[in-house]
Amino acid sequence: MRFVTVRNIVVAALLIFLALVPIYSTMSGNMFLMTLFTRIVILAIAAVSLNLIMGFGGMVSFGHAAYLGIGGYVFGSMATEGITSGFIQWPLALAVCALFALITGALSLRTRGVYFIMITLAFAQMIYYVAVSLDKYGGDDGLTIYTRSQFAGLIDLSNRVVFYYVCFASLLGAIYLVWRIVNSRFGMVIQGARSNDRRMQSIGFPTYRYRLTCFVIAGMMCGLAGVLLANQADFISPATMHWTRSGDLIVMAVLGGMGSVIGPVLGAVALLVLEETLPHIISVIGGALTGQSMAAAREYWALVLGPMLLLVVLFARGGIDGILTGRHRG
Amino acid sequence: MLLFIEQCLNGIQLGLLLFLLAAGLTLVFGIMDLVNLAHGSLYMLGAYFAATFTALTGTFIGGIFLALIATLLVGMAVEVIALRRLYGRDHLDHVLGTFGLILFSNEMVRLIWGPAGLRVALPDWLLRPVEFIPGVFYPSYRLLIIAVALAVAGLLYFMVMRTRIGMLIRAGASNREMISALGINIKLLYTFVFGIGAALAGLAGMMQAPILTVQIGMGENILILAFVVIIIGGIGSIRGAFVAAILVGLIDTVGRSFLPEILKLFLSNQAASTAAPALSSMLIYIVMAAVLVLRPQGLFPAAGK
Amino acid sequence: MADALLKVEGISKRFGGVVASDNIHIDVRPGELHAIIGPNGAGKTTLIGQLAGELAPDSGHIYFDGQDITAQPAPVRAALGLARSFQITSLFLDFKALTNVVLAVQPNLGHSFHFWADARNEPALIEPALAALKRVGLEHRAAVTVANMSHGEHRQLELAMAIANRPRLLLLDEPMAGLGPEESSRMVAMLRELKREYPILLVEHDMEAVFALADRITVLVYGRVIASGDPATIRANAEVRDAYLGEQDEEFVDG
Repeated sequence: MRFVTVRNIVVAALLIFLALVPIYSTMSGNMFLMTLFTRIVILAIAAVSLNLIMGFGGMVSFGHAAYLGIGGYVFGSMATEGITSGFIQWPLALAVCALFALITGALSLRTRGVYFIMITLAFAQMIYYVAVSLDKYGGDDGLTIYTRSQFAGLIDLSNRVVFYYVCFASLLGAIYLVWRIVNSRFGMVIQGARSNDRRMQSIGFPTYRYRLTCFVIAGMMCGLAGVLLANQADFISPATMHWTRSGDLIVMAVLGGMGSVIGPVLGAVALLVLEETLPHIISVIGGALTGQSMAAAREYWALVLGPMLLLVVLFARGGIDGILTGRHRG
Repeated sequence: MLLFIEQCLNGIQLGLLLFLLAAGLTLVFGIMDLVNLAHGSLYMLGAYFAATFTALTGTFIGGIFLALIATLLVGMAVEVIALRRLYGRDHLDHVLGTFGLILFSNEMVRLIWGPAGLRVALPDWLLRPVEFIPGVFYPSYRLLIIAVALAVAGLLYFMVMRTRIGMLIRAGASNREMISALGINIKLLYTFVFGIGAALAGLAGMMQAPILTVQIGMGENILILAFVVIIIGGIGSIRGAFVAAILVGLIDTVGRSFLPEILKLFLSNQAASTAAPALSSMLIYIVMAAVLVLRPQGLFPAAGK
Repeated sequence: MADALLKVEGISKRFGGVVASDNIHIDVRPGELHAIIGPNGAGKTTLIGQLAGELAPDSGHIYFDGQDITAQPAPVRAALGLARSFQITSLFLDFKALTNVVLAVQPNLGHSFHFWADARNEPALIEPALAALKRVGLEHRAAVTVANMSHGEHRQLELAMAIANRPRLLLLDEPMAGLGPEESSRMVAMLRELKREYPILLVEHDMEAVFALADRITVLVYGRVIASGDPATIRANAEVRDAYLGEQDEEFVDG
């Protein structure tokens, strides 16, 4: 094993950069950067959790954003009801996510391939509509949350820097956890089931229960991201779990590279930074080419992003991580 | 009772629209093994084309006709330019590639038609309600939708079961090598099948156009309903798609209007009116879950899949 | 006569109008290699599928070591000691050879709900896996990704995985399939070795190999057992010659 590779240097640089964001932000007064990166770090947790089931377990879930929403709504509704302690909110949010993952996973994992994709999508849509119908908690318009989670004065989440580091620590924790899981005996079973489920069964593994366990773990991890996301925005709405959000999470994982634990982090950073900067890039390039103001073109950045996804699928299947390591999937 | 009949008709109408969408999806999946998330975009395009062409030609029927051809052509072009490169890839690639296509087509529509929604006006003769059973009035346009969708379903059935093209389609679903060995241009067949699927989706969209606002993203939520239909009906089965579509349409529509009353029989008024909206929006997914428990391959599993 | 380790009592299986297994009775005794032969479409693969637990018979019973396993799914049967190899190579193509065998070792150590400890360097997994690889002569290929190995090596690896699974009985589905003459004879030698250690149910097309290895042979035609006995009896059986061997008489005489 070589440790000094281009890819490891990039990963290390990225992690150091992420660790320094609040310091730079505070010194330069560029608060927007910190807000953006808090969001990136939170969604990276979600992407890392999705990659556990999708990249390592071969379970392509198109409903992962449901857990962002469930985590957020459990936290938001409790805060609305006056229960503000994070010690109660967070475990409960994760428990509800686990329950939802257990029920929907038990049903979806009876099927394979496309069925699995469509069923996870359908269940996520179900939760989306349930949230829309919850008039008490804002319905379609969403729910404004007036108090962030309280940790008995130990951690002050309303301090932006503290909040950022809580998120960053959660991300590191998530990466470490997934890394341990993937290399454990359990992880071997999960990856074996992705590669050849039939053989796993004939060797003696009842793979269903392993896959279901993995599905639940990933759901809970994403639920944590949901709690953090709602805390950051002081708001939760059904839009958080719209199915295109699930699509975004898949894009992050694939764009970054599903073959490694860290890949989805690269993907999350790349996608969200792109989303932020592509409009500028388009208007600058467009302006240079045509000599006219292309301010209007900024709106149409998805015109570029959409075909880009198609190109990634066709030509760069290992994602960013694959390019950095010179390894290509399939 | 009157309300019940009306709701049933609404349910059947929704079901038939879902069938048009699901039929295209299931054809494309059954034959090319392609998961096309952008199917909803074709539905949206159909509606936009209908809006444009009815405005241009000044006639509703003429507009629909042109829109149908336009969606067919766009569908075939998309297949040739992008989607055929995804055949034989794994499903995740399909999901990602066609997800990109959705983003692209939403922005394209915004660029061409602008961000505001459009409306499609109906001609006078379609605005009058019809008394189709003594005492029961129903909007004539909705009856037209039902009639057209039934006709298309019949046509589709005839095409798949009785014609040479249908034979190729059924053979293609089960045996790719055989069909190539017969010297049939499989690429052309695939493009044609995709075009048919696109036109079906477009037709569903353009028939909804006068009822709903034509807007960006209109195809996305109904697409998921079409997925539910396919899961219940069984992937690759046109017959399954038909039965499941009607089932989903009826359950969803009738459930939404009568569930509150039914719940009031068991719960307090207060509890019923809180629980009913959430429960009725979950209803078809619960049905889907039940089908999955009892028959994981759907009600009509296609042979060999 | 020792009690049979695997005992199949009158299993039948139909697919639509086709009878793939028609009231089949077979058994495998300790220390024995029992071969199943039959022309294409005789229902050999269906039989293996039912023995391994991937297909449920419509009627009849399967006993392993006196226990009725008819209703048990594949993983339970594997845990009881029924290890199978696949006719069409069914490996973890994207994994290294060693990892393939490690996975076959892993169920021997109990359940795998161990989330934390690193399994990549666990001696309890690696050592038996290396031993199994050595057994089939693949120890020098341990670090090669399976997709990059030859067909012959795949067949060897199939065998290594079956024995690493700590079997009490091997269910081998055409281990010779697709092998050249030289590879075949090496495989026969290997099976002769294994036979001393494990009872084997061998489904095979290669007549030469079957007659060289088998203690007993059962002939399957259209899902029905038409003859069963030691190799000499089968060779002499007129019905077998007519129904099956007739069509490949020359090959048979050569064998």
